[in-house]
Amino acid sequence: MTELTSLTIAAARDKLKSREIKAVELTESYLKAIDAANGALNAYVTVTPDKALEMAKASDQRLSDGKAGALEGIPLGVKDLFATRDVHTQACSHILDGFKPQYESTVTQNLWNEGAVMLGKLNMDEFAMGSSNESSYYGPAVNPWKAKGSDEKLVPGGSSGGSAAAVAAHLCAGATATDTGGSIRQPAAFTGTVGIKPTYGRCSRWGIVAYASSLDQAGPIARDVRDAAILLKTMASVDAKDTTSVDVAVPDYEAALGQSLKGMKIGIPKEYRIDGMPEEIEALWRQGMQWLKDAGAEVVEISLPHTKYALPAYYIVASAEASSNLARYDGVRYGLRVDGKDIADMYEKTRAAGFGKEVQRRILMGTYVLSAGYYDAYYLRAQKVRTLIKRDFEDAFHAGVDAILAPITPSSAFAIGDKELAADPVKMYLQDVFTITLNMAGLPGISVPAGLDHKGLPLGLQLIGKPFEEETLFKTAHVIEQAAGTFTPAKWW
Amino acid sequence: MSVDLATVKRVARLARIAVTEEEAERMTGELNGILGFVEQLSEVDVTGVEPMTSVTPVAMKKRVDVVNDGDKAADIVANAPVAEQNFFLVPKVVE
Repeated sequence: MTELTSLTIAAARDKLKSREIKAVELTESYLKAIDAANGALNAYVTVTPDKALEMAKASDQRLSDGKAGALEGIPLGVKDLFATRDVHTQACSHILDGFKPQYESTVTQNLWNEGAVMLGKLNMDEFAMGSSNESSYYGPAVNPWKAKGSDEKLVPGGSSGGSAAAVAAHLCAGATATDTGGSIRQPAAFTGTVGIKPTYGRCSRWGIVAYASSLDQAGPIARDVRDAAILLKTMASVDAKDTTSVDVAVPDYEAALGQSLKGMKIGIPKEYRIDGMPEEIEALWRQGMQWLKDAGAEVVEISLPHTKYALPAYYIVASAEASSNLARYDGVRYGLRVDGKDIADMYEKTRAAGFGKEVQRRILMGTYVLSAGYYDAYYLRAQKVRTLIKRDFEDAFHAGVDAILAPITPSSAFAIGDKELAADPVKMYLQDVFTITLNMAGLPGISVPAGLDHKGLPLGLQLIGKPFEEETLFKTAHVIEQAAGTFTPAKWW
Repeated sequence: MSVDLATVKRVARLARIAVTEEEAERMTGELNGILGFVEQLSEVDVTGVEPMTSVTPVAMKKRVDVVNDGDKAADIVANAPVAEQNFFLVPKVVE
């Protein structure tokens, strides 16, 4: 018998419905796998076995009663950024020590309403700020992939590094994640998994710890395109509790898989051919174009002239919003408190002890660009540049382009503790050069595995779509997946 | 534009983050690195461009002005580091 943890969500769903397997058995297999692997991979920061088994038992009951939901009995991991009632929710920060919310985020509530089972909370960069999962207070999650002939530990990407590592290592059937500048798509690319950042406003942000509110968006990381489509269908909703939730009905994404690409126009943005891009990435990109052509799509070159300004504009906008959002951590209402001689001293000591280096850096940067005399030069200018970035995409779409194909990362996964990247924050920020533009424009993007590099590590391709046209992304990514296959790491843990 | 040590200390004070002399020096270097990087935005001609306020062209949703939640003081203080009788406790702020 094959291991139950090797089943995709689609396969497990069928076996659960036919009662060939029980939800409790499936959950137990995952709990066992987590037990055996988490010491090496550090993907989970907390595991909730009692809750998981209780939920699985209830799923078995509903399955026998013929009342099964869309995700009945499917065991999932949840990024530590989502509020889960009475369960560890700390954004992997020291400042939220001991925080157990008395409420549930809309996205996770949607999942539980459809019968999904929670296995625990997943590691991430502190407050979702990072591209390597190394800024987590709980230490870095480890990539289940290793380079051929090397024993070096690699990063799973970030910020949703725990989500990607857990999905790739089969420590959950799928996971929730969030993407502010690439935090779903870059870790998906580094681990050979599929990640989609939906259109801004597609998933409710209610109950998700805020980093940069105008950019943050939740989405799934899954083993294949179909599983990602299944998860997004349930995660997405229209929510009165989030004023930026958009009133558009959620379609059946899975139904888009297998549809023809005939007549579709795929744009290739020339500005994404950056200096020093490895030949392997270029070659993979060309391969992707060929696959889409073979499937009947037309491939055209397009120009997105403001691409190079997206990253600097992002670091102004995101830092400014972060400095405002993170003002709430003051040692009074939740989490850590370090006593001081007066209230201001208590605030300063609490925040100095509670926030890690990268978070402090972004708060200071944000405070500076919003401070008197600098607002126009930095924040206002960055928001104007953002309008121009969005206009570039709109022009391409008006010219008939249905989706855009681009690389997702400048390289495959790098080593934990990479000295060059650690020494220069800007160099680390450049990890996000291909992912960040669409956050700035609010557009949906999917990362799909497309091959392995010379080191035997996964590489992905990215598809960018029009607002609320996630279906186009799923059907196009599915074509790439059919051509490239799926990728699973060899087990060493 | 760049920042000096005094500016970094002032900004840290505004952000209510205690910094040592050594940390302030390190952050001055790091912030100047980032400010140098974002400097390229000054090349962009933004004349007549509206700043983005929302990525989706929708009007801000408003709910009806009625009480729809509440009566959960115990939930609200449940995570407070120090609370008493449903009040948050802080160091003395008035003499």
